[in-house]
Amino acid sequence: MKKLHINTSINGNSAEFLCDPDATLLSVLRDQLNLTGAKEGCGSGDCGACSVTVNGRLVASCLVLAAEVEGAEITTIEGMAEGEVLHPLQKKFLEHAALQCGVCTPGILVAAKALLEKNPDPSETEVRFWLAGNLCRCTGYDKIINAVMDAAAEMRGA
Amino acid sequence: MALDHDTKRDFKIIGTRPLRPDGIDKVTGRAQYGADQSAAGMLVAKMLRSPHAHAKILSIDTKAAEALSGVKAIITAADFGDMRKGEAMNVRDHIMARDRALYDGHGVAAVAAINEATAKAALALIKVEYEILPHVTEIADAMRPDAPVVNAGFVQENAPKGYSENVVSAHEFGHGDLAAGFAKADKIISRTLKTAATHQGYIEPHACLASMGPDGRGELWCCTQGQFYIRTLCAEILGIEESQLRVTASEIGGGFGGKTTAFIEPVALVLSRKAGHPVKMVMDREEVFKASGPTVSSEIDVKIGMTKDGRITAGQAELRYQGGAFPNMTNWLGAQCAFAAYDLEAVNAIGINILTNRPKQAAYRAPGAPMAIYAIEAVVDELCEELDLDPLDVRLKNAARKGTKSSYGPTFDEIGLVATLEAAKIHPHYAAPLGPNQARGLSCGFWFNFGGNTSVSLGINFDGTVGITEGNPDIGGSRASISMMAAEELGIPYDKVRTIVADTNSIGHNDVTDGSRVTFAVGLATIKAARAAIKEMCKRAAKMWGIDEDAVIWEDGYAKPAGQNAGEFEPLSLAKIARKSANTGGPIAGHHEVNADGAGVSFGVHLVDVEVDPETGFTKVLRYTVFQDAGKAIHPDYVEGQMQGGAVQGIGWALNEEYIYGADGKLQNAGFLDYRIPVASDLPKIDTVILEIPNPGHPYGVRGVGETSIVPPLAAISNAVSRAIGVRMDQLPMSPPRVLKAIKGAKG
Ligand code: FES
Ligand code: FES
Repeated sequence: MKKLHINTSINGNSAEFLCDPDATLLSVLRDQLNLTGAKEGCGSGDCGACSVTVNGRLVASCLVLAAEVEGAEITTIEGMAEGEVLHPLQKKFLEHAALQCGVCTPGILVAAKALLEKNPDPSETEVRFWLAGNLCRCTGYDKIINAVMDAAAEMRGA
Repeated sequence: MALDHDTKRDFKIIGTRPLRPDGIDKVTGRAQYGADQSAAGMLVAKMLRSPHAHAKILSIDTKAAEALSGVKAIITAADFGDMRKGEAMNVRDHIMARDRALYDGHGVAAVAAINEATAKAALALIKVEYEILPHVTEIADAMRPDAPVVNAGFVQENAPKGYSENVVSAHEFGHGDLAAGFAKADKIISRTLKTAATHQGYIEPHACLASMGPDGRGELWCCTQGQFYIRTLCAEILGIEESQLRVTASEIGGGFGGKTTAFIEPVALVLSRKAGHPVKMVMDREEVFKASGPTVSSEIDVKIGMTKDGRITAGQAELRYQGGAFPNMTNWLGAQCAFAAYDLEAVNAIGINILTNRPKQAAYRAPGAPMAIYAIEAVVDELCEELDLDPLDVRLKNAARKGTKSSYGPTFDEIGLVATLEAAKIHPHYAAPLGPNQARGLSCGFWFNFGGNTSVSLGINFDGTVGITEGNPDIGGSRASISMMAAEELGIPYDKVRTIVADTNSIGHNDVTDGSRVTFAVGLATIKAARAAIKEMCKRAAKMWGIDEDAVIWEDGYAKPAGQNAGEFEPLSLAKIARKSANTGGPIAGHHEVNADGAGVSFGVHLVDVEVDPETGFTKVLRYTVFQDAGKAIHPDYVEGQMQGGAVQGIGWALNEEYIYGADGKLQNAGFLDYRIPVASDLPKIDTVILEIPNPGHPYGVRGVGETSIVPPLAAISNAVSRAIGVRMDQLPMSPPRVLKAIKGAKG
């Protein structure tokens, strides 16, 4: 199979890679670019552990072909904190103990950030429906919802 | 030490909610889980799996696959040697079929190749000739005397007679005169209830990176609940000594019991040995569903008698559990748990294990208990409804308490069931109004909790900070709670302590992270290790002051002169003693090794309100409150998290989750789309009330909290749905079609 040459930007840095035409964005991020923050929980778009944004849009990177991101801007969990300053969502997840095992956390943080960019003042129900594509098996979601609501409030105040 | 049995009450750090030390890594994507490690020269491994539920393997031809460029090693069961004993043999044979494939998804061969695409291409080139055999996946079918025999040779002496060879063991518990008990009852209800097999549903699939040389020395990185047990299993299966294999546990993306055993690790090690390269192996989600260890499914006959005023006079249950093609002990656990919440004069429970053509069950959070207690609590609720009694009052009237001879033998010490029930009774949830098609359900829950083999080492650094080395993977905040207990005992701030989870060469043996044992047993060992270090620090202070070491006490992080010398010298802080330690006798450390008992059982009560749509049979959970005895909540956030997480897994079990096998014996729903676990929009808030009835077996009173919480939801929701529709439900999951059928059946 002939490899494709892709130019893209990841977390603000330009990046280029060669990939098979059938490679997923998730596999390139994890296996070639060493960005292992996005996880593969299912590989079929059902768990959200692989969530990243492509040109600001929330996607399941296991369902995106790497070849599709030519010229796109990608953000992953690795790009969420600025230096040593955590994003308010990251901070609130820690404060609210919104993670147990933490494997769903990168995907949920990326998804929650995408929500708050669209809707800075979501209701609890809106948060629950927005995050319905992100499975968490440990927490029962309660503390995750609290953390997102609290981060949203703090970000509106700031 | 005399201190050991006085439960401490005046805490400074215990009960607060500091940030967990591994938190930053986990919110930034830096934490390394099973699939996140790589090695230079690494190969990728894939398994070929049986498409048949039961088939004889006539031949496996790997020649064409071996000839494919980039393929480095291919193995089959023949590469695992012929060790024939115990659980390791069963684990090995569950991973890789020897001469017969025993379930849909059973491993048949494995390939290591330079990349995943090549490994997959090689799998397609392996030719397996099967002779399909009759299969059996359901309990009643498997028990019939003429049923196809799934896996011969496992029948124990205690197995009930008159059934097929698939009925392999039975365990019975109880006491008292059942006939006399039932004779005293005003009402007796008998029912058969069924639960489906479910999966732990951890979001991280099994993953490992193995590296093994021809000399038999190996390194293994894997996501597991117990690196020491994985080492034991792999060493036995590979026929090497444990010292030759070092196992490092990665961060773990959920386990719930499902990562207490091996599914891929021995395969990766053998491939690595054969290929001479490191081998990475990651299951995909379909493989996780088909070939890891789901829970048992069950059929349970229950008979309970009750007087008009709500006293249970006798209880009897036969629990039939299938857990796949290999024997297990879940029937033994289930039979013990079934009636544990009640103080009964006459009780009997028998648990029977049945083999089927399904994957070998693994532990799932309080293994065996949720289905057993579901069956009992559903019938108790039905009796309450029939006799027009308040279900909480009836539980209170019959509740096990200190001094009760439990249904499984031991007499209870301090337990929290009554306190938990009383808390539920006065909670506003219990009195809240309900609308049309709505109802409230409740259930008790119970789990034994384990202690087990534990080693902890605690070093006092020269700068006055503290390092703890322990050997149980941190599955939900245990580094935080262990650091808190050390800080509390030493009298220093939480952030001066750092706890790490060590590999199998860096600390003494530790049992698997299971049985809700970590905060209890590792906590206990940590406190004792801290006490050992304190003793040494008092000795050093005595030396610095030139007084007798018995004349030094430890208080709030300081060595202080006591007795005659009280006030004679300026107290010495931990940091000061540490800084001088090189001159007073060398480094200071404490360690503790124990096979901990006294874990202290934990009871819980759940209240749930549901609304059932009479048109569709769909159940919406409106309100949920968990009451549970934690003994002492070290870090309340993570205790609440366990209570909430368990409740939601139980909600999934009650309403949606189910292994569905077709008539062809194949699993029909091996993915998160069709095996639907609860998502955020399915759920209300899960409120929690933590009770603290100290466990006398732990210096701070800790009881395990991780497992009890999955037990009550099954019956609580079943009872609520039954009351909402006016028909007793007797099968899980209560999917909309099943509920609708019950409603229609009642009308028609
Ligand atoms: S891995 Fe992409 S949605 Fe699950
Ligand atoms: S914290 Fe474990 S899956 Fe969400």
